[in-house]
Amino acid sequence: MSDLLRGRTGEWELVIGLEVHAQVIADAKLFSGAATSFGAEPNEQVSFVDAGMPGMLPVLNETCVRQAVLTGLALNAEVNLQSVFARKNYFYPDMPQGYQISQYEEPIIGEGEIIIDLPGDETRTVGIERLHLEQDAGKSVHDRHPKKSYIDLNRSGVTLMEIVSKPDMRSAEQAAAYVTKLRAILRYIGSCDGNMQEGSLRCDANVSVRRLGEALGLRCEIKNLNSIRFMRQAIEYEAARQIEIIEDGGTVDQETRLFDSAKGETRSMRSKEDAHDYRYFPDPDLLPLRLSQDYVDALKQSLPELPEAKKQRFMQAFGLSAYDASVLVAERETADYFENVAEGRDPKLAANWVISELFGRLNRGEIPLAESPVSAASLGGLIDLISDDTISGRIAKDVFTEMFDTGRAAADIVEEKGLRQVTDTGALEATVEKIMADNPDRVADYRGGNQKLVGWFMGQIMKASQGKANPQMVNELLRKKLAE
Amino acid sequence: MSLDKETVRKIATLARIKVDEDALEPLAGELNNILGWVEQLSEVDTEGVPPMTSVVATEAYQRPDRVTDGDKVEEILANAPEEAQGFFVVPKVIE
Repeated sequence: MSDLLRGRTGEWELVIGLEVHAQVIADAKLFSGAATSFGAEPNEQVSFVDAGMPGMLPVLNETCVRQAVLTGLALNAEVNLQSVFARKNYFYPDMPQGYQISQYEEPIIGEGEIIIDLPGDETRTVGIERLHLEQDAGKSVHDRHPKKSYIDLNRSGVTLMEIVSKPDMRSAEQAAAYVTKLRAILRYIGSCDGNMQEGSLRCDANVSVRRLGEALGLRCEIKNLNSIRFMRQAIEYEAARQIEIIEDGGTVDQETRLFDSAKGETRSMRSKEDAHDYRYFPDPDLLPLRLSQDYVDALKQSLPELPEAKKQRFMQAFGLSAYDASVLVAERETADYFENVAEGRDPKLAANWVISELFGRLNRGEIPLAESPVSAASLGGLIDLISDDTISGRIAKDVFTEMFDTGRAAADIVEEKGLRQVTDTGALEATVEKIMADNPDRVADYRGGNQKLVGWFMGQIMKASQGKANPQMVNELLRKKLAE
Repeated sequence: MSLDKETVRKIATLARIKVDEDALEPLAGELNNILGWVEQLSEVDTEGVPPMTSVVATEAYQRPDRVTDGDKVEEILANAPEEAQGFFVVPKVIE
């Protein structure tokens, strides 16, 4: 599949790098003891450190350090045993210190990689440039007053991991797959909840275009994309905009742009030329962060099985397709649920039921898996009834609907409604003979050479048995009787 | 290293410090004196000496992840020139 974009004058290659800001799961902030929970009243979770009061000293939160190292290890990245916090200087009302404490020349995590899943069971490796720890800024509210902005510092000082990819993506689809996989990894290890709506995961996209084989073009940075859908739209819009500018003989200005989700377009955000002069320097309030190799090794041992390893195991041990496996490993809870269903059963059958039937119903009703009315054990019970020929696959779908609606066990529903598959040869023979006797013309037609009629007979017999006849047995009996 | 008037003007803008036009030239002179004084340090041969990041030979302290602060909106807003509904209030900062 080609990812090249067609312009008026030829084909263009899209080059994308992503910066993801992931809020670290921790009770308190990076450098203060104020709380981090979402939805508090304005300025309720603010210490004097977060408010930038003079004379306050930042003290590093050990959990945030551990989360960053775990994330680095999960991204197969090098962990730097020494890293340095630096001040990034700029003025904005929601950043009261006048600088953001971040990491610049010496980040805590260096180069790593992510394997992303693409359609058609394809994969692609995207490089990670670095991961560093930094403080979040506060929040500005602009819609409460016509001439004023309101500032809430609850988010000020909350820990973020900035995860920077290499410019390794070539389509909006790959960018979406990257964020999806990164989000899955973060959720697996519990370093970020990945909630894009609440802003726990935010994306900036660096987008440029070039003719195939040429040097990188000038890029634009699109800020604050808060959903994967918006990110795709923004990248596609931005690529088309840049191609048009160059094909019209112009040049792309390297600038920061904002995505307007209502209009579906990007627009220029900062015009000040010195906006990016951050004058970084090491923060004199903080000593360099030193980690021991033992500490890093112990964390490496504590990592859970990650999505990619789980996917490979599902494919090899259970014979699942890459697609089914990647759907099942997207969330740890989903993978655990599937494994419970598959335990001691046909794994492909289990995967089909989990993905098609269960996820289908859950998605339609927007019900999280944790609240599924059908437990893994319960779905396993249904699959057992199919495997031992108690019910047919067709009837099983009806039973499943009933299970989902009432939360009852499959075996109870089958008993109560008398849905047991008829496997008694005598009873099946009687039904087959009756249908044949009622339709002598068609029997003659079949015997005259119209073999296709076998399907019609099957339909009639299944209908007469209310779907309970064992289809394989009926098929055999029918063919035998018709051939007599 | 030497600073000219324009560089001083830019630094003042970045630091949000208002400097009158006729003060730029003298300020550039003062800053250049400071830089010149600091530059004497480069006369010392530091070949093979790792950069010193702190005068105290100690590790960065890491505190446990516990909520020990916050919940004092009034104190936080005490010095704010303007406040409303628990927010700091500032001139509109959106274009």
